[in-house]
Amino acid sequence: MWTQVAFWVCAVAAVATGVAVFRVDSMARATFALLASFVFAAGTLLLLNLAYLGILVVLMMIMEMVVMVVFMIMYMMNPAGLMPMTMVHNQKGSLAIAGGVFAALAAGIFLVRWPTSGRPRPADPTRALGEALMGSKMLVMMVLGLCLFATMVATIVLAAHRGRYDRYGDRLDAKRPDDPVRGGLNR
Amino acid sequence: MGDELPWWAGLLLPLVLVALAAATASADAVLTARTAGAPARQALTLPLRDIGGLLVQQRRRTLAADVLLGRSGAFALLVAAVLASLATPLGRWPVADFSIGIVWFNAMEVVAWAAVWLVGWGANSAYGLVGGYRFIAQGLAYELPHMFALITAALGAGSLRVSDVAAAQGSLWFVVWMPAAFVGYLLSVPAMAFWGPFDHPVGADAAGGAAAELSGVDRLVFLGGRWLLLVSGAAFAVPLFLGGGAGPALPPWLWSLVKTLAVLAVLVWLKRRLPTVRMERYQEIAWVVLIPVTLVQALIVAVVVLVR
Repeated sequence: MWTQVAFWVCAVAAVATGVAVFRVDSMARATFALLASFVFAAGTLLLLNLAYLGILVVLMMIMEMVVMVVFMIMYMMNPAGLMPMTMVHNQKGSLAIAGGVFAALAAGIFLVRWPTSGRPRPADPTRALGEALMGSKMLVMMVLGLCLFATMVATIVLAAHRGRYDRYGDRLDAKRPDDPVRGGLNR
Repeated sequence: MGDELPWWAGLLLPLVLVALAAATASADAVLTARTAGAPARQALTLPLRDIGGLLVQQRRRTLAADVLLGRSGAFALLVAAVLASLATPLGRWPVADFSIGIVWFNAMEVVAWAAVWLVGWGANSAYGLVGGYRFIAQGLAYELPHMFALITAALGAGSLRVSDVAAAQGSLWFVVWMPAAFVGYLLSVPAMAFWGPFDHPVGADAAGGAAAELSGVDRLVFLGGRWLLLVSGAAFAVPLFLGGGAGPALPPWLWSLVKTLAVLAVLVWLKRRLPTVRMERYQEIAWVVLIPVTLVQALIVAVVVLVR
């Protein structure tokens, strides 16, 4: 009974805050409405006894959205909503796409024969899920992690304004780095 | 495993946290008064009189403020600071003995990221926003060493349940064989509460930073949340590294309180000892020194756990 109530509260609130993302007139509000939507979605994970994943989603989404709000406000025009602004563009086209995708997904829910299992719920669903996802594919996951890490390092190297030759000279022989901002180590 | 308390114990939790915060604030005020040569007796009750003053102060409004975001930020900080201690056992009794207590604490502590930025943004003031952005930079500096310290303690105990971590320190406290993780954690506590040497986000050089435009009850909620977060962070160090409620003669709950107060005393000493650290400076220290050191610490603990 209470699980049902909690599920519907989370589900309705997640959709409502998701809608709010496109209705509010400030980038800050849009970002934090999206954060609220993700937190409510994490609530449904908690209802599945996936406590670790649920809390991790909350943790990650807060950090992610706070970093994102910096970029949202940096790149968007009229970030503070002091003048009317809208989050939606190309309204007719996007309406058609959104309607089509919703219809396809909803049809999928009813048409696909979902697998059922008579087995009882495992004692630790997080562990069971982790083993199902990674058990036989640990090598793939580790290679994937390495690739992601290499991508991040490469992106930072490409984006960095100043490298070590700027800091330590062409022969890398400067005792102290030549930095525009003071502070940190070595100074 | 700890003995979980009945639900109403959750109502006592804020009172315990407030009492610890008041004790710390009073001690800090007395030390400040003594340095200044002012009478210490008056300073003892200064935090309480500050609260009274904020309660009767009229709210100041700024032009085109985003009141919803600003107030929800301050409120979220207060609530998250209390909830962060939900899994922290007082002696043997946590309010809620979550199986993932360490992740829970981390998630609640991260709420401060959003809260401080929201408060800084909400006032529609340049200084407030500067403070909010400073805290995000600070978060990027302290968060990873903090997480590695939490992981290291969990690794040593083989469990994310806080009472298991405390129980795993029966023979040897984690602070003894994970000193780097403990130091990393201890530095992150004032950083997450933007207090002590890490108070740049509310620094006087930016007219009070994120809290620049706050007044009255808004200011009380925000600063109260900050104090409670500091106490929650200090209290969490006790089951994580200092053996929880273990100790001779005294009952476990009293040992927990004594150890928490000891951690808070160290933090007060640090605050009074060190000047405010600018974020571009701490960022480099955190990424070049603290992260590698805490990672090596985690590696050593992992090897010890595997070999043992």
